[in-house]
Amino acid sequence: MDRAEKLVLGMASALLVVFLSATVFAVARLDITLPTCFTEMEPFDEGEVIEHSEDWYEVHYLAAMWFFEPEELEVPAGATVDLYLTSDDVLHGFQILGTDVNLMAVPGTVNYKRVTFDEPGEYRIVCHEFCGIDHHWMAATITVAER
Amino acid sequence: MESAGEERVSLTDASRRLILLELLVPTVLLAFGIYHGFVQTLYRAGIIRAESFLGIDYYQGLTLHGVINAIVFTTMFAVAFGNALVARFLGREPPVGAAWVSFALMTVGTLLAAFAMFTGRASILYTFYPPLVAHPTFYIGAALLVVGSWVAFFNWIPLYRSWRRENPGRKTPLAIVGIFATFVVWMMATLPLAYEVIVMLIPWSLGMVREINVLLARTLFWFFGHPLVYFWLLPAYVMYYVMLPRIAGGKLYSDFAGRLVFMLFIVFSAPVGVHHQFGDPGISVSWKWLQTLLTYGVALPSLITAFTLAASLEYAARQNGGTGLLRWWTRLPYWDRERWLFGYFFAGLFLFLFGGVTGLINASYSVNNLVHNTAWVPGHFHTTIAGPVFLAFIAMTLHLVSELTGKPVRLKSWNVAVPYLWLLGVALLSIGMSISGIDGEPRRTNLGLGYTNPGSELFVPQWASMARVVAAGGGIMLFAMVVYFAVLVSTLLSKRQREPGLGFPVAEAYHDEPAGFVANFRPWIVIGVLICAIAYAPVLYDVSRATFFGSPSYTPD
Repeated sequence: MDRAEKLVLGMASALLVVFLSATVFAVARLDITLPTCFTEMEPFDEGEVIEHSEDWYEVHYLAAMWFFEPEELEVPAGATVDLYLTSDDVLHGFQILGTDVNLMAVPGTVNYKRVTFDEPGEYRIVCHEFCGIDHHWMAATITVAER
Repeated sequence: MESAGEERVSLTDASRRLILLELLVPTVLLAFGIYHGFVQTLYRAGIIRAESFLGIDYYQGLTLHGVINAIVFTTMFAVAFGNALVARFLGREPPVGAAWVSFALMTVGTLLAAFAMFTGRASILYTFYPPLVAHPTFYIGAALLVVGSWVAFFNWIPLYRSWRRENPGRKTPLAIVGIFATFVVWMMATLPLAYEVIVMLIPWSLGMVREINVLLARTLFWFFGHPLVYFWLLPAYVMYYVMLPRIAGGKLYSDFAGRLVFMLFIVFSAPVGVHHQFGDPGISVSWKWLQTLLTYGVALPSLITAFTLAASLEYAARQNGGTGLLRWWTRLPYWDRERWLFGYFFAGLFLFLFGGVTGLINASYSVNNLVHNTAWVPGHFHTTIAGPVFLAFIAMTLHLVSELTGKPVRLKSWNVAVPYLWLLGVALLSIGMSISGIDGEPRRTNLGLGYTNPGSELFVPQWASMARVVAAGGGIMLFAMVVYFAVLVSTLLSKRQREPGLGFPVAEAYHDEPAGFVANFRPWIVIGVLICAIAYAPVLYDVSRATFFGSPSYTPD
């Protein structure tokens, strides 16, 4: 390897270290999380909204061919929302547009993510994994109310 | 480097015909795959606002597009290219009996899968995630295709061994290092796939087993699915390292860099598939992060390649009279009708600049959250597989057809335009999909009925306008392919003008150092397998403890 090659190899490695540090920063400082291995809840077969307090909601989302349950959800702005997600049949996707909620609904397992909606308004949930012939109609909404 | 130049070898008729068939059978199927790619852009833009068009349903067409373009075409091409490289660079023709068995297995497998797809019994996309189920012929066909490619590789190994025995102290030709690395990666990728398909999916689709572990199948699929992309990419790298510098009029900047790059791919290709599953339940964040780290590792050989190829092109351009810090870029044979391979390679590399950057974004842990399963993802991989991979494969198909039939390429002035038309089409398609993807537009979805339909309550205006840009790109890509097929067919139909044979443009090395620690595959394979075990054992353990029950089968309707 000549000098130019060694220099480039060093620069490329340094670049990757910078990127890697950024992913650590995102988790440690900005608190951006991915779903982890979650084993505390058995898969459920119906959707449910549990209001623990006006600041803490627990929502069990059931994805099925070709709807989400609950189809409409209303929560106050700023409340902590614990989302649990499973599927009743095949794989489904669960993306809340305009947020960083982007999950897979996998039958036999439960997915979990905690989210807070700071901005009031209507949020749309889109199924983004192919789940059969009516996949493109599978959607739901969340209304975030002002306090 | 060994045997630089344009030396041609002659092949027996049996080998020659076999390689031609291995190139042309998937190319015929490719016409269907390309058509269904184009039609999809029309559906998504709402230009076709229907469930199906000309008797083929949207998701059936999407399955055909993915399986034909990404699995059948790529696998058969890699085998054909490997057969040709072994014959040319080891000076030994792969034994014809086993080579034909390999071709027969791949063809029967392809026909079985095509039967299931064309009759609407396998409209479950090329990822075939259970518990959606296809007709058993789909899975059996896929398995035969893969086994056929294994037979081809096993057919080459004794030839490599005997070449090494007879040439002690000589460096293995770089083309051979590259194609063997390709198939080592393929073996590492297809073992988990074989477990998924043969042990899990086939008995389940036949009704012999009632339930399947969906998350395990999905994890095994991506254990295969990411090294798969390097199986696509590495044959293109062989062409870039071995042939591109000579076509450009220069030398390969560093032979050692090429060898190192191929070995690094063996180490880092496989243990990275979990970056497709960052949004999945049942896998701990620690293992997701570890595979982010390893995915950055697999970026390293591509960054080395970016430097080595740019340096090789600069050397060539200066040989051609280029000067200045950047002005030498104008002295490359972009439009040379005789050196038409250059345009195909160059346009592919240009797209791959964007493919590489967007790939790093996809791998980046939390950033992936914003783009996972959105149109951004096909926006990305159309600058990789539909960029450098596809352009290199169709270019080499045309080159080999011309060599093996002794018929010079026809319609040359049209032919040089193909890669640039394709580049323009892919650019529009990928830019449109990337922008909409950041806006949350889902991939693999028939958007035209709802999301891009002003009359629907699901309508999203900004997706609708970008989908039109994507359709324009799709139209240009289709036009480029019509021209390409015209060139290919008129070449095939023309008169033989010289003896059929087999030759490649082969570059000398500018820095031709000893192979040193990258001389042998074995240590790199051992390290690769070890890293796979470390990266995947805890993931599979997590999947097993997070799965509460298995799933019965569902058909898409």
